[in-house]
Amino acid sequence: MATIDLAQFHQTFFDESFEGLDAMEAGLLGLDGADADLVNTIFRAAHSIKGGAGTFGFPEVAAFTHVAEELLDDLRSGKREATPQLADVLLRAVDALRGMLTRARHGEPARDAESDAVLDDLRSQLTGAPSAPQPSAGTEVALAPPAATGWDVVFRPHPQLLRTGNDPLRLLRELEALGPLTVEPEIERLPALQALDPESCVLGWRLRLDAPVSRAAVTAVFEWIEDDCELAVEPIMSCSNEPETAAASPVQQIALVPPRAAMAPAAAAASGPLAPAAPTRARVVAGRGDAEAGSIRVGTDKIDQLINTVGELVITQSMLSQLGERFEPALLEALRAGLVQLERNTRELQESVMRIRMLPIGTVFHRFPRLVHDLGGKLGKQVRLDLHGADTELDKTVLEKIGDPLVHLVRNAIDHGLESPERRRAAGKPEVGTLRLNAFHRGGSIVIEIADDGAGLDRDAIVRKAVERGLIADGSSLDDAAVAELIFQPGFSTAAVTTDVSGRGVGMDVVRRNVIALNGHVGVRSRPGEGTTFTITLPLTLAIIDGLTALVGGESYIVPLVAIVESLQLKPGQVNRVGSGGEVFRFRDSWLPIVRLHALFGCADAITEPIEGIVVVAEGDGRRVGLLVDALAGQQQAVIKSLDAHYRRIEGVSGATILGDGSVALIVDVPGLARLAQRRAAA
Amino acid sequence: MSDSPLPIAAAGSPAAGGQYLSFRLADEEYGLDILGVREIRGWQRVTRIPRSPPFVLGVLNLRGAVVPVMDLRLRFGLPQVEYTVTTVTIVVAVEDRLFGVVVDAVSDVLDVAGDAVRPAPDFGAAVDTAYIKGLTSQGERMVMLLDAARLLATDEWAATEAALIAVDAEAA
Repeated sequence: MATIDLAQFHQTFFDESFEGLDAMEAGLLGLDGADADLVNTIFRAAHSIKGGAGTFGFPEVAAFTHVAEELLDDLRSGKREATPQLADVLLRAVDALRGMLTRARHGEPARDAESDAVLDDLRSQLTGAPSAPQPSAGTEVALAPPAATGWDVVFRPHPQLLRTGNDPLRLLRELEALGPLTVEPEIERLPALQALDPESCVLGWRLRLDAPVSRAAVTAVFEWIEDDCELAVEPIMSCSNEPETAAASPVQQIALVPPRAAMAPAAAAASGPLAPAAPTRARVVAGRGDAEAGSIRVGTDKIDQLINTVGELVITQSMLSQLGERFEPALLEALRAGLVQLERNTRELQESVMRIRMLPIGTVFHRFPRLVHDLGGKLGKQVRLDLHGADTELDKTVLEKIGDPLVHLVRNAIDHGLESPERRRAAGKPEVGTLRLNAFHRGGSIVIEIADDGAGLDRDAIVRKAVERGLIADGSSLDDAAVAELIFQPGFSTAAVTTDVSGRGVGMDVVRRNVIALNGHVGVRSRPGEGTTFTITLPLTLAIIDGLTALVGGESYIVPLVAIVESLQLKPGQVNRVGSGGEVFRFRDSWLPIVRLHALFGCADAITEPIEGIVVVAEGDGRRVGLLVDALAGQQQAVIKSLDAHYRRIEGVSGATILGDGSVALIVDVPGLARLAQRRAAA
Repeated sequence: MSDSPLPIAAAGSPAAGGQYLSFRLADEEYGLDILGVREIRGWQRVTRIPRSPPFVLGVLNLRGAVVPVMDLRLRFGLPQVEYTVTTVTIVVAVEDRLFGVVVDAVSDVLDVAGDAVRPAPDFGAAVDTAYIKGLTSQGERMVMLLDAARLLATDEWAATEAALIAVDAEAA
């Protein structure tokens, strides 16, 4: 049997284990009643992690998971009741396991003080009296007075065991994770060498496990192959309670080498101890650590679509090259049609490739139930979390970077937004506050809303604080939008007392900065007594936008189509001057300021009279402005190139793109322009 | 062309021997470490970048990368001239950043021994020697060896930004 380098599966193991942990966490948080399905889900997740950890050589992880699994097994069999304390311990175990797996992934020792502490807690839960103590005779070995000090196991796999992809060595290792294990092979079934089929398992084992674990724990190891083997598990009783484990049979205490040799008995002598192989594996893991962020799981439907599209592209290409070989003017129409098709194929291909990078936002949302649970508990607030639109997909890069701002907003909503149950009752609201996270597509953007039904922004406190911080002058009159805007100012925090939840000085300004870095916007709406809603708008992808080319003084700028409401030509008399400088025009039911692009960007030779140029009504950050440009030159897709890769961020510019003629055009950042214009007007 | 970290940083030490690309700028000769030079291209119109220092002419498309271009005459406070057929853009890499410098003309590749590099004397306030990592002579000519990383140093650009914000404030 060829030796398989297990390291190649490590990535998958870790990915799946982290997913399993997420499932466990989600299950544990929902674990209120005795929901058998839920307990089973949690148990299965733990079991898979244990199995994988055993197989791929992470015994510490396997041993840890094993203890958690035993607790879960008690839950499953109804021997224990799901109490909040138990759920808490198990949640901490999930955290500890995450840490262990992360360390293992980087080739570091999985265990640390933290995980050991949690392990002790798990063990004390396990040995502590179960809340529903009904020891069914024989199984509750750890506690029943005539305790089994260990187990004698006879394990005779059927010959086809190896063909089903099971490895007895893994099972023995898993068993060893439970305690000191003595292994004795049975070689009776071993045929003569020339009759030996390397793919059949002809060995059996007599195993002695010197650990006072439950029978279920022992049989669980063999759970997957129950039907492929003969299995007998007998308790070892001892009159004295002294666990004479290691001393029992020091000679037979062989390191788990023979089982591997047993698969190819002829090689038994040559097979060295496994220990030297371990460092090699560790190195491999370390080497892959760098690439861990580079992996992505893609659904087969997306791949299939990609293949289809590429197939069509190949057909179009061959058609065009045929045309090219014997071209005559009469075929011009066919050439045009071919080019149209090529364009369509290219666009489809682009979209398919983009879709590969798209992941559901649920992967970020799933961490919130835990966060809300923990925070609500800590702050004494009752919170119901509503998650909507977890299937909404967005770019992987965006997804990775939006997590922290979202966590911040959720923390804020629970800490500042929602009131304590007493205050809610006093206000005539249900004691349980609701926090609603909603993600959906709107136009070419993803919108994420974080809404609470709390007290709303405290206008007076915000204004007071802003005056204190010198952000605004005392006595300035501000509308609600302007007040809300204040919370996004650097260094602004209204928490009277700094808690470990919020009020550490990093605030909404950081959230806004992060969102802007993703070409997105964040806004806030609030109604006193009814709650606050934060709205994050993000582009679907960071790579490509649809834009309108605007000409200003001989230069081209791309205005993102998503930001454009309408383009219009103003007639004389439609432009009004407000006070000393600002110009406004009437658009539908409101007055919008005119932002002169040429003035902000310092373009020479541009049209300066609003009525002579085109006014593009654009929206960003919830504000609308009229951008004055010379003319519009059509719509196009723009592949976004960052300016700060080689240069730096420019206010009012979100990036650059390469036009068809190879020249560079800048993409305007509408909210940035609006802010820039406002700053000029305000000064 | 390799993307490995460039030896430019190492060349920041005073004894910086090696090969230099020499070019002319207002009748003087300068040199840039050739290991940092990515490309030499004829002058082409660039796309102007708003809110940038005056010496940043704009950005150009270098095989899909958007690369800023600075006019070295303006950077050094020399009088501006019309661009001619000999005007070239030298694309230089500093760490993983690329930028173009527009110079009057490229002249030669020089072999400079480490001990042939002399520290730049203090010219007083008239000439900023911060960009110059040393002087060397090629026959009768003096060549000023430039520190590419210093040319790209962004603290001055931040100052420009601050000035712009002040302009914003005054504009209204």
